[in-house]
Amino acid sequence: MANRRQFLKLSTIGIGGMTVGLGACKYIDDFTEIKNNPDELTINLTRTPTYCEVCFWKCAGWVYKTKDGHIWKIIGNDEDQHSNGRFCPRGTGGVGMYYDEDRLKTPLIRTGKRGEFKFREASWDEALDLVAENMKKISAEHGAECIALLTHGSGGKFFGDTLKAFGSTNIAAPSYAQCRGPREVAFTNTFGEGIGSPERTDIRDTKCLVLIGSHLGENMHNGQVQEMSAAIDKGATIITVDPRFSVAAGKSKYWLPIKPATDLALLLAWIHVIIYEEWYDKRYVEKYTFGFDYLKEHVRTMTPEWAYGKTTIQPDIIRKTAKEMANASPAVIIHPGRHVTWYGDDTQRLRAVAILNALLGSWGRRGGFYAPSKLSVPSYPHPEFPKPARTWRDAFPGKYNLADETLASGVCDATIPSIDRSCNFKMWIVNGTNLINTLPDTAKTLEAIDALDFIVVVDTMPMEIVSYADVVLPECTYLERYDAIRVSPHRKPAIALRMPAVEPKYNTKPAWWIAKQLAEKLGLGHFVPYDNIEEMLNWQLKEVGSSLEEMQKIGVKTYEREWDDLYFTENEDVEFFTNTGKIELYSSSFVEQGFDAMPNYTEHPQPPEGFYRLNYGRAPMHTFSRTANNANLTDLMEENVLWVNPKVASLWNLENAQPVWLINQDGIVSSFPIKVRITERIRWDSVYMVHGFGHAQKQLTRCYGKGASDTQLISNVMEDPIMGGTGMRGNFVSFLTEKPEEAIL
Amino acid sequence: MRYAMAIDTKKCVGCSDCVIACQTENNVPIGYCRDWIVEVTDGTYPQLEMEIRSERCNHCDNSPCVRCCPTGASHIVEGGIVLVTPNECIGCGACIASCPYDARYPHPDGHVDKCTFCVHRVEKGQQPACVGVCPTNCLYFGDLDDPKSEVSEILKTRKYKTLIPQAGTEPQLYFLI
Ligand code: SF4
Ligand code: SF4
Ligand code: SF4
Repeated sequence: MANRRQFLKLSTIGIGGMTVGLGACKYIDDFTEIKNNPDELTINLTRTPTYCEVCFWKCAGWVYKTKDGHIWKIIGNDEDQHSNGRFCPRGTGGVGMYYDEDRLKTPLIRTGKRGEFKFREASWDEALDLVAENMKKISAEHGAECIALLTHGSGGKFFGDTLKAFGSTNIAAPSYAQCRGPREVAFTNTFGEGIGSPERTDIRDTKCLVLIGSHLGENMHNGQVQEMSAAIDKGATIITVDPRFSVAAGKSKYWLPIKPATDLALLLAWIHVIIYEEWYDKRYVEKYTFGFDYLKEHVRTMTPEWAYGKTTIQPDIIRKTAKEMANASPAVIIHPGRHVTWYGDDTQRLRAVAILNALLGSWGRRGGFYAPSKLSVPSYPHPEFPKPARTWRDAFPGKYNLADETLASGVCDATIPSIDRSCNFKMWIVNGTNLINTLPDTAKTLEAIDALDFIVVVDTMPMEIVSYADVVLPECTYLERYDAIRVSPHRKPAIALRMPAVEPKYNTKPAWWIAKQLAEKLGLGHFVPYDNIEEMLNWQLKEVGSSLEEMQKIGVKTYEREWDDLYFTENEDVEFFTNTGKIELYSSSFVEQGFDAMPNYTEHPQPPEGFYRLNYGRAPMHTFSRTANNANLTDLMEENVLWVNPKVASLWNLENAQPVWLINQDGIVSSFPIKVRITERIRWDSVYMVHGFGHAQKQLTRCYGKGASDTQLISNVMEDPIMGGTGMRGNFVSFLTEKPEEAIL
Repeated sequence: MRYAMAIDTKKCVGCSDCVIACQTENNVPIGYCRDWIVEVTDGTYPQLEMEIRSERCNHCDNSPCVRCCPTGASHIVEGGIVLVTPNECIGCGACIASCPYDARYPHPDGHVDKCTFCVHRVEKGQQPACVGVCPTNCLYFGDLDDPKSEVSEILKTRKYKTLIPQAGTEPQLYFLI
């Protein structure tokens, strides 16, 4: 007696009523330990506050437990501006991280070769002694600056402090050079301030939202998705530019199915139209901006007709959509996106986005971009960190001067030995980021790892990167630990507390404890002068008029803004943090650094015959590659599929659900096959898959070999000369219908 | 009293949060679900349209599943909510076969299970778990007999449809289009 519920949680019906199951719905009988009577569960519940760690949005919520101590559910905190009481599916399913039986369970010390996943179990003492010993050795031989921390997530704060105390400030998150870096640099060099996270976009009150390749809804950045929905309710116009008919495109008044890699031409044509039709906000431009006349001359020839030949978007559509934006001005958002490292000229593309927003007067205006406010919470008193003799920048003299954070890819490059460098990195501490599926050009990542004297990985799961570790330190999940207070910018300043809902499973430990122990073993205990984290948090909370006890009860505390400055007031005099003190349409700092003051369109290669551009994106039920083994989330989406246009499918005789291997322009073959999804929602010159699948680590028993890894096929990196971003959308793939020799499965 | 749900297909993004929130709230075993997402795309590139629906039991006014149940395990309670009493259900599957919406599934414990409109929450004045979690706020729940309820209000102002109306089951899920 099987029925459809058992197989499908998400069905897609395309042409001819064909149904394709995407959500596998396998029954895993060793998971549900909780009884099946909800009435019984609602009594005697205890709830503890947390903020979610399944993605960087850090929604605050409540963990509910049954009376026998099992985690039952995780629900948003109504007071929280990030979630408004509603978690996204990943946060709702975050409990799967805690129950995952594949978790790292105890410290490990490598016995085999790097990459083999051969370890022996060790005590925390032994493992941390080994780490400390190697840090001291590397410091004595090469300097402490030759140690880098690569991190993504809450633990980074604690490991970062230990590393800074030790003498290195080389702390990098791949979320910069592999993701949002270009937009931060572009906006900082236009408005004097970056976008930040959560984004300062006032989507809730916008009248026109323009998404360029940004697929909100599939990209489940909770607050933004909620606000997009609110904007739809209020009748806002959505314009989506995407070669793929994304979910957002399906909600849009205008969908512009652009030829991939030509977005900058469209943006410049919009700028042209808005200037030459005089649809820009004249008072705003005159009062606040610098370089309008240069810009006007710069885009003189960049007409919609000019852009049509490149983008395949009809000139009248370019004009109509420009008019829509102008009509909504200043309540219009040309959204800066988040993952924007595409073609290597990304900072310039994002500059065009910033310029458009400036012309329409949306920065500092309701329905455009607001000024976020953040509480200042003092750090627990500790001695001043030593000043390092060198930083990662010394490895790249004269380059990336405009990058305002450390490049993870830069650390990787500077690890590969070179005699021209004073500091080749010798040791990595990797926390919560699976670099194998995060950094493009895997061969280079492996070459760097090979050159390391020592590598420590702190994670909750046996991700690919773990197999390369000399020492593995098992962190407990966010549901089992305290972390730093969440202090993030929003419309109102607010703080949130994460506290353990349950004791750490297995022999796992919270990041703060691991980092503190390590500091002590390095003789740096005085930098961490508290006995336990409760003491530190309580001190900090008292400084901002709260206490640990209060926060344990309320989870989130919202403060009033110090000034009523969410938006500019009428005719307010504003000083921007740029060289000219104005919004720079013409970027003086770009010129100083030898880059174009205003964006220019450059052609990017298009796929060769028989190849298709590899586009990738997000699914609402997964975060990067880190959730692929979560039982609750794999139940919603078990593997990624390859979107193929019907024309292409018929050319290659591909059928729905047929497994294919992919080969890229450099001859790299996917280790695993991926199932074809034939759909009209994708252009004929590209294919699409959700990022984060195709795991090759056998210890990840639920997701091993499920789907394909886009990262593996991204061997061509188009580097952004301005800030070192790694453009990843210039890779082309073709189909192999027979199992190739290089494939694992 | 007549409970009903309206689902705004213009806002739903198909994220499946309603599915997983239901699973955790009601301890639906992994591998099964009481609600699910259907995505329908029409047309050829680039002339495309898409509708996304969050579906579940329609709590039909004229419910074949209740009529065909030999033991009375499937029954209707106040507000028109269709329920199954697990220990009266013999798992014969007649209701599964009779439901035109495929809304019921065989629970591994041997009984049939389906959406309850989260009656255990509704009784306490809360919303069903899916309605409470949906990040796009696209689900509306309430009493159709109360003209001021959220669901009554939204059905007054928006166009809507029901699924397979020709089956004559008088379904109580309204899809806003
Ligand atoms: S958006 Fe989702 S995954 Fe990210 S923090 Fe919020 S609930 Fe967690
Ligand atoms: S939670 Fe809401 S937006 Fe997400 S699939 Fe369900 S109904 Fe749609
Ligand atoms: S949808 Fe199916 S299970 Fe629900 S009341 Fe109607 S017929 Fe019965």
